Amino acid sequence: MEKPVEGNGTVLDVRHLTKRFPVGGLFSSKKVHAVEDVSFRISRGQVVSLVGESGSGKSTTARLISRLIEPTSGEIFFKGRDVLRAEPRGASRQYRREVQMVFQDPFGSLNPVHTIGHHISRPLKIHRRAPNRRELQERVLELLNTVGLNPPEEFANKYPHQLSGGQRQRVAFARALAVDPELMLADEPVSMLDVSIRMGILNLMERLKEEHSLAYLYITHDIASARYIGDETIVMYAGHMVEGGDSEEIMHHPAHPYTKLLLSAVPNPHAGLVSRKVEDRGEVPSLIDPPPGCPFAARCPHVMDVCRQAMPEVRWVGENHWTRCYLYDGEPQQDAPAG
Amino acid sequence: MQYATLRGPVRAVDGVSFDIGEGEVVGLAGESGSGKSTVALALIRVLHPPAMIKGGEVRFRGRDVLAMSDRELEQFRWRDVSMVFQSAMNSLNPVMTIGDQIVDAIRAHERVSERQARERAAELLRIVGIEASRIDSYPHQLSGGMRQRAVIATALALNPPLMIMDEPTTALDVVVQKEIMQQIEDLKERLGFSILFITHDLSLLVEFSTRIAIMYAGEIVELAPARELFDNPLHPYTQGLMSSFPSITGEKRKLTGIPGSPPDMVAPPSGCRFHPRCPYRREKYEQVVPRLMEVSPGHFVACHLYAEGRRATLERTEIGYEQEEE
Ligand SMILES: Nc1ncnc2c1ncn2[C@@H]1O[C@H](COP(=O)(O)OP(=O)(O)OP(=O)(O)O)[C@@H](O)[C@H]1O
Ligand SMILES: Nc1ncnc2c1ncn2[C@@H]1O[C@H](COP(=O)(O)OP(=O)(O)OP(=O)(O)O)[C@@H](O)[C@H]1O
Ligand code: SF4
Ligand SMILES: [Mg+2]
Ligand SMILES: [Mg+2]
Repeated sequence: MEKPVEGNGTVLDVRHLTKRFPVGGLFSSKKVHAVEDVSFRISRGQVVSLVGESGSGKSTTARLISRLIEPTSGEIFFKGRDVLRAEPRGASRQYRREVQMVFQDPFGSLNPVHTIGHHISRPLKIHRRAPNRRELQERVLELLNTVGLNPPEEFANKYPHQLSGGQRQRVAFARALAVDPELMLADEPVSMLDVSIRMGILNLMERLKEEHSLAYLYITHDIASARYIGDETIVMYAGHMVEGGDSEEIMHHPAHPYTKLLLSAVPNPHAGLVSRKVEDRGEVPSLIDPPPGCPFAARCPHVMDVCRQAMPEVRWVGENHWTRCYLYDGEPQQDAPAG
Repeated sequence: MQYATLRGPVRAVDGVSFDIGEGEVVGLAGESGSGKSTVALALIRVLHPPAMIKGGEVRFRGRDVLAMSDRELEQFRWRDVSMVFQSAMNSLNPVMTIGDQIVDAIRAHERVSERQARERAAELLRIVGIEASRIDSYPHQLSGGMRQRAVIATALALNPPLMIMDEPTTALDVVVQKEIMQQIEDLKERLGFSILFITHDLSLLVEFSTRIAIMYAGEIVELAPARELFDNPLHPYTQGLMSSFPSITGEKRKLTGIPGSPPDMVAPPSGCRFHPRCPYRREKYEQVVPRLMEVSPGHFVACHLYAEGRRATLERTEIGYEQEEE
């Protein structure tokens, strides 16, 4: 989806990224199509929110960009460099500093035998971000304080099992921040935080974005927060990006039928209690050697014959708003916002 | 309930009382680190040193859990409760397929054939929205949310009278989350179990729970029927939570959350633990601990304002509170 380039502030440019995992034993040729033909850009100081169905490939996309796993095909440009070609044997140390990942699972991502202080000072040491012990110590405490772990001296000496779920999540976030990254891949970084502390972290992200031009890929199930800090939002379904663009546009005028379903299921505490039953799920999309066509076809109320033949192309439906759905073939269409 | 630490004991949970009726869903929400998981662990006594239960009582259908012998306790955990831990996402056995794990759980409880158990497992996975062809997947081959769902399926397999679920939906999109909650509700109607549901997601609780308890710094500060809590939150902390929600279509504005920082649990604030952050505090509140009292039928709050016949008024449009004329 070649969209107009805004200056050359592009930090990350992902093109046709695809990941298929082999499954089902040695002699099986079955594959999970986890990420299919994913393309997007993130500019300096921009937040792109990534939302979508559980299992749709969001974490896999982030892991591909951080180069924890290698793609089946596709390209990743970081600050204009084709990183898969330039560093074929794995990411350089510089890349590993500049691109930081916050993992989805705060219980699995901290080593139980090390203190919290150790977890945060280690990357500072590896990437030589502190000239001496005193400054190292100060920086660790400052980071803990920034993410609301008070008193920081206390938390620095604790072990992961002594922290609550939300406290670990904030440690993981502080650790990623420690080395002044340029791009943060934040996979559900606030999912275990109450709404008040959550706002604190989101505002912190916003501040770092403004003061240090930090860019984020923000993966979340909290659509309201995707809108709150995401300049742009991308929606994934079954490995594909199905809609993307300006966050306000998408929230007010969702185009893709899956996006509409997703937005309609967001609980709105202020709207009062309406017991909405989501309509029957229909089939769960199969990612193991899926049939051709639109992955949402099995559940889509608007499905047409053509939908089952090939994946629809990208259609622009607004100035900075695109979707992949046959309903929008031809002229861009206006559509009513989801109710 | 306290944890021994170098700086002194952390009173992670202090004087918490509540009950769960048969077939009821009680929601437990509150600040991160306020002691929700600790309560859950205390209920089934899976606390390890340095954790200590310093006092209190846990009764299950009249039996005192804290007084149970090891054998009784084992039976209780085995037959009467199942728990979805907050770390669900990585609590699965990494070297066993999810299907085998569910089959094992079923067959440890019931005498059924391998084939029957496998059919049940497939059905349970369908209930949580995982396609049958994934039954032979290993945990690392699943997404975070799929692992969480596999754990929910395992808990459902045991079909106990009480289920404790600690943040079971953090990795689920809202559509899948709703579907699963509806499935759980249907099962509950059919089988009649009770649920203690811990989550930070208040809007989910409003839809699916009977009553909600709000925790702050190890204490329950408010307890009310779900709808009532939502329409008429009384405690200034609860009100702060309610006004920090961003919306998906409303006017976009800056939200700051509740001013001030979470309390230090080794030396929690004196008097009302929320006082350093409370817009209504008076000198007295810094010394006297407020008791949980019933201000209207079924609605309990621990806040001095109500004892004095005053009240906190929620300003829904902005963070911050307004005080009514006395
Ligand atoms: N190592 C692997 N082997 C096989 N399949 C995998 C592997 N890792 C991920 N998958 C599959 O790829 C798909 C996408 O997974 P991913 O973790 O990216 O989803 P997600 O969008 O992050 O979901 P969630 O919101 O539940 O975390 C899933 O169907 C998952 O089962
Ligand atoms: N083993 C331990 N040793 C010392 N302190 C502990 C230990 N386990 C938990 N704590 C502390 O007890 C307090 C309550 O923790 P708990 O896990 O119950 O919180 P929670 O309400 O579940 O929070 P979250 O929503 O973030 O999961 C926290 O301040 C935590 O740091
Ligand atoms: S392409 Fe067809 S099946 Fe897919 S979302 Fe659009 S209308 Fe529905
Ligand atoms: Mg994920
Ligand atoms: Mg917890």
